[in-house]
Amino acid sequence: MDLAYTPEQQAFRAEARAWLEAHVPKEPLASFDTAAGFAAHCEWEAKLNAGGWAMVPWPTEYGGRGADLLEWLVFEEEYYRAGAPGRVNQNGIFLLGPTIMEYGTPEQKARYLPPMASSEEVWAQGWSEPNAGSDMAAIQTTAIRDGDHYVINGQKTWASRGAFAHWLFGLFRTDPDSDRHRGLSFVLVPLDTPGVTVRPIEKLNGKQAFAEVFFDDARVPAANLLGEEGRGWNVAMATAGFERGLMLRSPARFQSTARKLVELYRANAADCEPALRDRVLDAWRGAEAYTLETYRTVSRLLEGGKIGAEASLNKIFWSELDLAMHETALEILGDRGELLAGAPSATDVGDWLDGYLFALSGPIYAGTNEIQRNVIAERILGLPRR
Amino acid sequence: MRFTFGEDQLLFQTTVRDFLAKECTPEHLRELWDAGRSHSPALWSKLAELGIAGLRVPESHDGMGLDEVDAVLLFEELGRAGLPEPVIATAAVAAPLLTECGDAARAERWLGPIARGEAIVAVGHAESPFVVDADVADLLLLTDADALHAVEPAGVDLVAEPANDPSRRLFTVRWQPSEATRLADGERGRALQAAAFDRGALASAAEALGATDRLIDLSVEYASQRVQFGVPIGSFQAVKHQLANLKVALEYARPVVHRAAHSVAQGHPERAVHVSLAKLAACEAATRAAGTSLQVHGAIGYTWEQDLHIWMRRAWSLERAWGRSALHRARAADWLLGPDARIGPGTTFAGERDG
Repeated sequence: MDLAYTPEQQAFRAEARAWLEAHVPKEPLASFDTAAGFAAHCEWEAKLNAGGWAMVPWPTEYGGRGADLLEWLVFEEEYYRAGAPGRVNQNGIFLLGPTIMEYGTPEQKARYLPPMASSEEVWAQGWSEPNAGSDMAAIQTTAIRDGDHYVINGQKTWASRGAFAHWLFGLFRTDPDSDRHRGLSFVLVPLDTPGVTVRPIEKLNGKQAFAEVFFDDARVPAANLLGEEGRGWNVAMATAGFERGLMLRSPARFQSTARKLVELYRANAADCEPALRDRVLDAWRGAEAYTLETYRTVSRLLEGGKIGAEASLNKIFWSELDLAMHETALEILGDRGELLAGAPSATDVGDWLDGYLFALSGPIYAGTNEIQRNVIAERILGLPRR
Repeated sequence: MRFTFGEDQLLFQTTVRDFLAKECTPEHLRELWDAGRSHSPALWSKLAELGIAGLRVPESHDGMGLDEVDAVLLFEELGRAGLPEPVIATAAVAAPLLTECGDAARAERWLGPIARGEAIVAVGHAESPFVVDADVADLLLLTDADALHAVEPAGVDLVAEPANDPSRRLFTVRWQPSEATRLADGERGRALQAAAFDRGALASAAEALGATDRLIDLSVEYASQRVQFGVPIGSFQAVKHQLANLKVALEYARPVVHRAAHSVAQGHPERAVHVSLAKLAACEAATRAAGTSLQVHGAIGYTWEQDLHIWMRRAWSLERAWGRSALHRARAADWLLGPDARIGPGTTFAGERDG
């Protein structure tokens, strides 16, 4: 066990810090769930990519730096420390990217990864359907092979970033006679394909963060299949692992929230009931525990280990931590906790309310926490299936 | 940066686990309880042979010369087995304290016997009015304000204070500090007391991890074989989700404890905070596991005959050992909200010696 960074890691941190300090926008960008904010975030991503910082763990040929996962954690720490913009293409770079790295052909890697790193192509997810939510194996949307194309019919929903994205990745039933986990395939779909209709859905916070996507004889090239036909479930589980695990939600995000929460408490401590002190401590403890556990996991991965069902532990932990931190912040704000950002008395309330509304979705997306608890119980603890 | 254990460390853990599974059975514990004891001289000798008693004793004095990072995995095994022996006081706290106390004669007198399993040391501390296992001790390390004293059994008067966990034998110790018993005082006395407290709390946290793991194992086993409504009760989500919550609590407490072990071993400037975070997280997991395990077992878990309560009681008593959660909570919060806290992304490993 050695918990000190190497001189190389320290140099990497210094380089990332210097670049970010010079380039991070001084004013926060508008939400990427608005048309103007989406464009501004894509512009930022292009700048990040030009600096070589869009996806540091990727090989240099795809726009990365060939960094290892520890360096990636260091980069994330610097990114959040600098208060840099949220990653508009997170579905692409953190979820699909690593999946393509594992399952993609050399041609697919060369085709999809560079424009993903630059956010010229922003990705939406296509998992859920009206009748397939937690029960994802109930997917009905079909992609039937016709010559060198798949013809897609059906409907996806809750496609995060769907309102503005250029591409969608998801699971489709390529064998119409199959059921459950068999006969599904992982297909990449340009959202401007004729026969594809995107209808944005307003979120709880009023923003157009996700969408319904309708497919009506939409034809996509057979070359857009990722992995083997009929083996899409396995490919999707790898993506889900990245989503639940360390890629999508690196610890720096929660450490940043915890630090802001401590500052908020310091500024308002005189007006706070004593129990809030404990909740602030618990929030920070949670963020530190998540950080330590992530470093432990990364150390194990670098020694050749694998992450499997453990990703479900992560997902429960970060989503419930995030919610608890935002609930605590609103408690600290007291009567001002319900004010929208534009209210005259909302000068120092920060974006805690908006963050709270977003945090509420944490226990739902990426597989509900109930599903994660089933996974832990059955696949880690070995309790009997139903 | 490598937050994992080495093969030797993991191998030693497995050895100790296998040894305790054989030697420290529920039957063994119940025999001790029935005899009103928590210490078995025969088992203690075997623990010494294995190297447990002399873990932290320098090799020059027949010990293993290990540090807290090596030891933390072994302390976890003590909790898994529910071992009632005075390992924490003697091996985790007294041995390094005597090594560092600056009193060469006393170090010489006691370190070898500790490593060879010939001497047991009880340790008192300012946060508790009681001393654990004082009746079987060959030496008592006791505090008097900033001074630390080494007192032999002839110099103390013991009053037994029976406690909820028969494996935790508490005593009020009446004694008189004197020039002859003083090991250290002033700045040095305070530093030694602080180090002793951190080491005791760290070892207790590791034990609590082991107790939590055992409680989860027992509950999974029971829920998998107990049939109601025609199916094992462990197939119901109401049971599954509660046990999954324990696993989350355990897996997020574990790295906090391992980090604290590293901080104590390396003399990290924030080691006291790291220890408090470890003790809090591990004992929260353990007491939660105690409550959930009882609920999963139902009425059978509420009997003296069922072994479950061995670990429930360990969970409860570990929460009280080496500083109750309220104390560790206050230590951590005072630091977090005080002037020295550096927090936020990138600060977790600040203060480590450069690699």
